[in-house]
Amino acid sequence: MSDSAVISDRRLEREAARRRQSRRGQAIAATSTVVVLGGLAAWILTSPGWPAVRETFFSWSVFKESFPDVLSGFWLDVKLFVIVEVAVLLAGLVVALVRTSRAPALFPVRMLGTVFVDLFRGIPTILLVYLIGFGIPALQLTGLPTDPVVLGGIALGLSYSAYVAEVYRAGIGSIHRGQRDAALAVGLTEPQAMRHVILPQAVRRVAPPLLNDFVALQKDVALVSILGPQEAFRIAQIIQGENFNYTPLIAAAILYLAVTVPLARVVDRIGGGPEGAVR
Amino acid sequence: MSGAPVLELRGVTKAFGERQVLRGVDLTVREHEAVALIGASGSGKSTLLRCVDLLEDIDDGDVFLDGEVITDPSVQTVAVRRRLGLVFQAYNLFPHMTALQNVVLGEMRAHGVSRREAEERGRELLRRFGLAGREDERPDNLSGGQQQRVAIARAFSGRPRALLLDEVTSALDPELVGEVLDAVRDLKTAGMTMVIATHEMSFAREVADEVAFLHDGRIVERGAPERVLSSPQREETKRFLSRLLEAGRA
Repeated sequence: MSDSAVISDRRLEREAARRRQSRRGQAIAATSTVVVLGGLAAWILTSPGWPAVRETFFSWSVFKESFPDVLSGFWLDVKLFVIVEVAVLLAGLVVALVRTSRAPALFPVRMLGTVFVDLFRGIPTILLVYLIGFGIPALQLTGLPTDPVVLGGIALGLSYSAYVAEVYRAGIGSIHRGQRDAALAVGLTEPQAMRHVILPQAVRRVAPPLLNDFVALQKDVALVSILGPQEAFRIAQIIQGENFNYTPLIAAAILYLAVTVPLARVVDRIGGGPEGAVR
Repeated sequence: MSGAPVLELRGVTKAFGERQVLRGVDLTVREHEAVALIGASGSGKSTLLRCVDLLEDIDDGDVFLDGEVITDPSVQTVAVRRRLGLVFQAYNLFPHMTALQNVVLGEMRAHGVSRREAEERGRELLRRFGLAGREDERPDNLSGGQQQRVAIARAFSGRPRALLLDEVTSALDPELVGEVLDAVRDLKTAGMTMVIATHEMSFAREVADEVAFLHDGRIVERGAPERVLSSPQREETKRFLSRLLEAGRA
């Protein structure tokens, strides 16, 4: 009896200490938040240019007026994002599989895969959008697309496929070779081992970096605006040019955030758990 | 032993770069026979089994399965592997699949058995190895002994001509060794032809029809377990066994 009483005292003591510690932690967090954010706010709000900035960037009336137009442009971004993302996931996988295959017959294709990745990962995405968006129509070849949205989508797709191919390839390379051995030992062919054993594990493992590239692509869709299509950023720019007010850009930024922040939380959820949780 | 030879190795050599692992291995395993392959760590037991299952290319010599050479470059490796089963020291189960899915994958994809039929047999095999009720567990949720028994069921599911067991108890906690050895005993009783690389000398003595001692890339001594383990003729065998004895493993 006395033993358990002693233990229980120690335990109470520990729990009290833990509570004190956690209260102190919360207090520190709250204070530092107020100090940092408050300081930052005060610093900006008292800046000499603030009244002008508030009028040109954060005008509620301009926001209300421009938001529907920017939003209507944003649907183009979303559409483009979804279509390009699906294409990127498939094309990236194909390039990764080609690059990891060992079949001698695939040597030329393997080399092409390497060139593809080097080239499209090595050129800035904005440059690719320019080159493809203005270069392809200039060829005046029949049968090639001339729609700037399509061309911009192709440029984004090439750039991101190169990145995503490398993500897949890293995933494939990270699967222990014992898995391949076991798959072959039960009588599977190399392609079957890839499809049923290695790839399912690899894709699960690289889901967080893939989603990370999702978020990046979602933003980079705005680059298509340089070819002229009326997507959110472009429309915001036009309105801004008309009335010398930057608030429409803020509206566009909010729309991008409305998609990227939830995506980011999904990335956190998937990346944060143990590997077994990614099922 | 009177059965026809199922596996036959003749002068098999294998080097990894500069390191010569196998220097000319001769070994015959007859139908229904279990051969225990013993030898120090790094003596090439795993390599030997991997060479037989064509996971490694041998440099010289030949391996025959049911009298046919399988180490000829013209032989379809996949077709050969479908006639053999290999169990790994580290289980190598597919972690994204359930126990049952692990067992039926080869059946369905390599042997073209229908899902219904494969699953029926898969369940039966898991039950046979004491895993009834664990069919839908992922390897993560199974103990080492359970995982290795799933791996044995998986290797056995393709009705192999011979099973190759690569130190199947070496990665296990001592208290889990018994259940895996029981599974191997069961296979032996069923007449399975086996090559068992092992460090469990008492088990080799009990289950094997023949013990082969691999040393320095060659089989330096082979014979009935009792003879090889109790009165070895060769100096190398004596030294190996006395070292095991000191370590309390024999």
